[in-house]
Amino acid sequence: MRDTIDISNMRDAVMAAINDLAAENKDVVMLDADLASCLGSTSFQEKYPERFFNCGIAEANMVGVGAGLSSMGLTPFAHTFGCFASRRTFDQFFLSVGYANQVIHLVGSDPGITAQLNGGTHMPFEDIALMRQVPGVVIIDPSDAQSMYELIRQVYENNKPSYIRSARKGVTHRYPVGTKIELGKGIELSKGKDVAIIATGQTMVDAASGALALLKEKNIDATLVDLHTVRPLDTALIEEVAKRCKRILVCENGRYSGGVGEMIAAHMAKVNPVKMDFVNVGERFGEVGKLDYLSKTFGFTAENIAKKAEALIK
Amino acid sequence: MDVKNLKQKALEIREMTIKEIGHFGAGHIGGSMSIVELLTYLYYHELRIDPKNPKKEDRDRFVCSKGHAGPAVYAALTSKGYFPEEWLLTLNQGGTKLPSHCDMTKTPGIDFTCGSLGQGFSAAIGIALGQRIQKQDNNTFVVIGDGESQEGQIWEGAETAAQWKLGNLIAFTDLNKQQLDGYTEDVVSMDNIDTRWLGFNWHVQRINGHNFRELSLAIEKAKAVTDRPSMIIMDTVKSYGFIPGEGIAANHSIAFDESVAEKAIAELREREGVN
Repeated sequence: MRDTIDISNMRDAVMAAINDLAAENKDVVMLDADLASCLGSTSFQEKYPERFFNCGIAEANMVGVGAGLSSMGLTPFAHTFGCFASRRTFDQFFLSVGYANQVIHLVGSDPGITAQLNGGTHMPFEDIALMRQVPGVVIIDPSDAQSMYELIRQVYENNKPSYIRSARKGVTHRYPVGTKIELGKGIELSKGKDVAIIATGQTMVDAASGALALLKEKNIDATLVDLHTVRPLDTALIEEVAKRCKRILVCENGRYSGGVGEMIAAHMAKVNPVKMDFVNVGERFGEVGKLDYLSKTFGFTAENIAKKAEALIK
Repeated sequence: MDVKNLKQKALEIREMTIKEIGHFGAGHIGGSMSIVELLTYLYYHELRIDPKNPKKEDRDRFVCSKGHAGPAVYAALTSKGYFPEEWLLTLNQGGTKLPSHCDMTKTPGIDFTCGSLGQGFSAAIGIALGQRIQKQDNNTFVVIGDGESQEGQIWEGAETAAQWKLGNLIAFTDLNKQQLDGYTEDVVSMDNIDTRWLGFNWHVQRINGHNFRELSLAIEKAKAVTDRPSMIIMDTVKSYGFIPGEGIAANHSIAFDESVAEKAIAELREREGVN
């Protein structure tokens, strides 16, 4: 366990967790697909060269190799961009990992608009929708360095296949070391009574935090949940905030269909229908641009989130 | 090596496979029959395994990446005592432990789940790599189909296994020249398959896949090569030994009943000179 306050990029939080796990556990193996320099898994390669394998630009094979390693009792972390980790390796992750009951922790870098200058070809908006089709898979989308670090450690202990959604660049330090961060349990950053904002990932939790301040100016008392674990869904917490607030706004750096908003809407329809709205990219493809341009284009801003939250109350 | 005994075992495995599929009424007979000599050699002469302890850690591993050949693999496994022979009659029945494609979560002795072609090959590479990481002196054997070799994943695997110099990986291509839609050369040709693998920096041999002496020599030679993976290309006949399926185009999966199975077994025994 370590304090991540000195970490200046989300990717460094990912690699700090994996490197620490590798130091403690001989079964930890790292695979990359010619993006080792992007994530910094080169740090693993330097420390544990006999347990690091660059698979080249061949992601499907990388996941299959990982599944084989898992069947040998090893625990591979595998990395590529989220678009390739999900869309390009789906059949391998589904069958060789999920169906074959093997364990890989797949790190998908640059979720949604954080792919920025790589543009629409590299923007995974549907990774959560795809990966959640694999029975038993755990999906995390942590919003800061400390929760990324701690959740990766818990994902390893949990020993089930996982998909780790990770922004690489920039960092948020939200949780001081020692904060209780538990896989599968969302964190209530604000306990309001008028509307519940449920956000996933760094981009959306940052934007929703900004929205909280704007809503406060209008005397709107909002709840904000950092839903760092998408699967399994923290239904207990969602039901609790729905009961208190009667309205839910789900913010995700992704597509509506199959995404977190749809998961929550489906659950609430079953147990306690409440008024809901969503911030996501809808049916659009991604496009190139800097983060501030993309945030505005797709409405991932504090202003838009506050506006939608306010509209839910009226 | 007792070739006479191996031939006898191969005949038994063929008969069990024909009965197994005939009892269900249909199945992947073609690609099952073409790898029977390979299965027989591996299970009766080569693999360091313990049927009483199928998950023994330091065992040789065998992955049937052409997972639809499951019925033949099951016949080989039961003949080695991994599970009772009666299980063969449950092939593909609801709740069976013997599904049409190999499944490591269901069948004792299956080292990896295969069905989506190309995937078992990558898994075998991971297994061979795992043996190296864990400093085991075991080998990983994997068989792929010639039709399966149309999958891009095979060639992704080929380049990484060569890059990592996986001398403990010994692969076989079941070159039976046929696939579901007909002859491979008419669908997507696997011409120059030897040079394709040579080009990927593998140690390549080509043999008659129905000849035990050739299999034995090739495997011994492959084991002696430690600085790169080995590909043994086996010329085979699809449906070999299920005579009604030999030489016909549509022999990937054939529907036949127990009376046809019985007749086919009698025909095979006659051809093999066994009563």
